[in-house]
Amino acid sequence: MANVIDDETIEYVGILAKLELSDEEKDQAKQDMAKMLDYIDQLNELDTTGVEPMSHIFQVENVFREDEVTNGDMREAVLANAPEEKDGMFVVPQTFE
Amino acid sequence: MAKEYETVIGLEVHVELATKTKIFCGCSTAFGGAPNTHTCPVCTGMPGSLPVLNRQVVEYAVAVGLATNCSITQHCKFDRKNYFYPDNPQNYQISQLYLPICRNGYVEIETPEDDGLKRKRIGIHEIHMEEDAGKLIHDDWEGSSLVDYNRSGVPLIEIVSEPDMRNADEVIAYLEKLRTTIQYLGASDCKLQEGSMRADVNISVREMGAAEFGTRTEMKNLNSFHAIMHAIEGERARQIDLIESGEKVVQETRRWDDQKGMSYAMRSKEDAQDYRYFPDPDLVPVYISDEWIARVRANQPELREAKMKRYRESFGIPDYDIRIITDSKHMADLFEETVALGAQPKKVSNWLMVETLRILKEREMDAQDIGFSPKHLAALIALVDQKAITTTVAKEVFEVMFAEDVDPVAYVEEKGLKTVNDESELRRTVEQVIADNPQSVADYRNGKEKAIGFLVGQTMKAMKGKADPTGVNKLLKELL
Ligand SMILES: [Zn+2]
Repeated sequence: MANVIDDETIEYVGILAKLELSDEEKDQAKQDMAKMLDYIDQLNELDTTGVEPMSHIFQVENVFREDEVTNGDMREAVLANAPEEKDGMFVVPQTFE
Repeated sequence: MAKEYETVIGLEVHVELATKTKIFCGCSTAFGGAPNTHTCPVCTGMPGSLPVLNRQVVEYAVAVGLATNCSITQHCKFDRKNYFYPDNPQNYQISQLYLPICRNGYVEIETPEDDGLKRKRIGIHEIHMEEDAGKLIHDDWEGSSLVDYNRSGVPLIEIVSEPDMRNADEVIAYLEKLRTTIQYLGASDCKLQEGSMRADVNISVREMGAAEFGTRTEMKNLNSFHAIMHAIEGERARQIDLIESGEKVVQETRRWDDQKGMSYAMRSKEDAQDYRYFPDPDLVPVYISDEWIARVRANQPELREAKMKRYRESFGIPDYDIRIITDSKHMADLFEETVALGAQPKKVSNWLMVETLRILKEREMDAQDIGFSPKHLAALIALVDQKAITTTVAKEVFEVMFAEDVDPVAYVEEKGLKTVNDESELRRTVEQVIADNPQSVADYRNGKEKAIGFLVGQTMKAMKGKADPTGVNKLLKELL
């Protein structure tokens, strides 16, 4: 493997993803990420001069909805899987601004 | 010698678009629904749900871009901005980073200067489309937060200016310019207090004449022009103090507390400002053709500058009136429709400039909330023109009309407010007033011309305002 992921990087990525990894998991993740970056390096060998960047795999554009209300009140269904609810709202741990 | 500093200000303005539905689903954007009753799997980020773009959002964004002299990005797309916060159920906000829909625009602002107006161009870096977040309600008692996703997925445009402003006056002028333009387009009602227009202010200071910008901070939670002005003054002073005491300004987001008149550095979700943007694979690219742009351009309504010019040319009312009337699209429409019904422009303008503005101010209302119809204002003006009612009575009727949009003709009839043209009744009243006020009568006869004013007033009072003051004046002189 050409790419090496250092401890600092895996720590930072873990924080961003809100993941708490064990030491074994961190080692495994480092290997996986290094492999991914190797693959990207391989793709980068291709000469893409003059090729338009692609943002979507389908050759489709302009899929729209008209501005008309089509949904009614589905609160009960939306809240059905909430771990906790109160007064028709989701309950989450206290957040601070 | 004390150093002189220049403030450098750029704005990020979020505007909630006036669509009936959310940006990516068919949920209503109406205000005031019970919590989570305007939600679905898409706007609550349920796995497997698919967003579909609301065409009207693109139309409004292009309209605002054209009105602010932007170039339209004909091939544009959406990106995901990743962060974790409970108001954001998908753990990413759908926004535009790489190809925002509008770029490189500007608006012209005017600020008062010495004995005239200074014109200045404020650059617009870009305008992008994105979705709003849900609302968190903090339950201090339980130590938890409650989430309502009714606002989640409401369409926004974010207008990012260049750092072209140098003081609070320019910032306010810029915001007012954006507000009137967007209101005229019908793309949003732009109410700061209600949050349909929100401004984040980026501020830095530098020594006068310096080429480099200083370190900037971003100020949030500014929901009135008053708060914006104070926050700018406060932050300028805070940064100058830091620099002069040899400390460094830290690039950070700060929250303005308008009650206390100071700001605090925000923590938590801003800790790691790494949003790892990437193209949203659920949404296909948007192609805005030349024809589409031409169609939006052709449908643009008359904007404020063009309207002001036309008013100057065709209505013969003072520039001051024109500025105030055209400040609100709603008031301008009201003016034009009343004039179209045959009322004289200057008279319509007077009702708007004097009585309407007075009541709006008293009740802390916005011009957009004026509820009376042009038909009724025209009818009221006609009643005065025909001398069917006096101006005193007209003002009373107007109060009722303003509150309930009553038909003035029917109201005057029903309440018996017509001017008394019965000569004998008027004569009897005047005679009574003369008899009751011997001192004023004596004063007038001794050459104190002004005393007659008091007697006219007494007569009008006795007639409950239903007499023509000129007629009363004439009759008094005759009888004295
Ligand atoms: Zn929805």
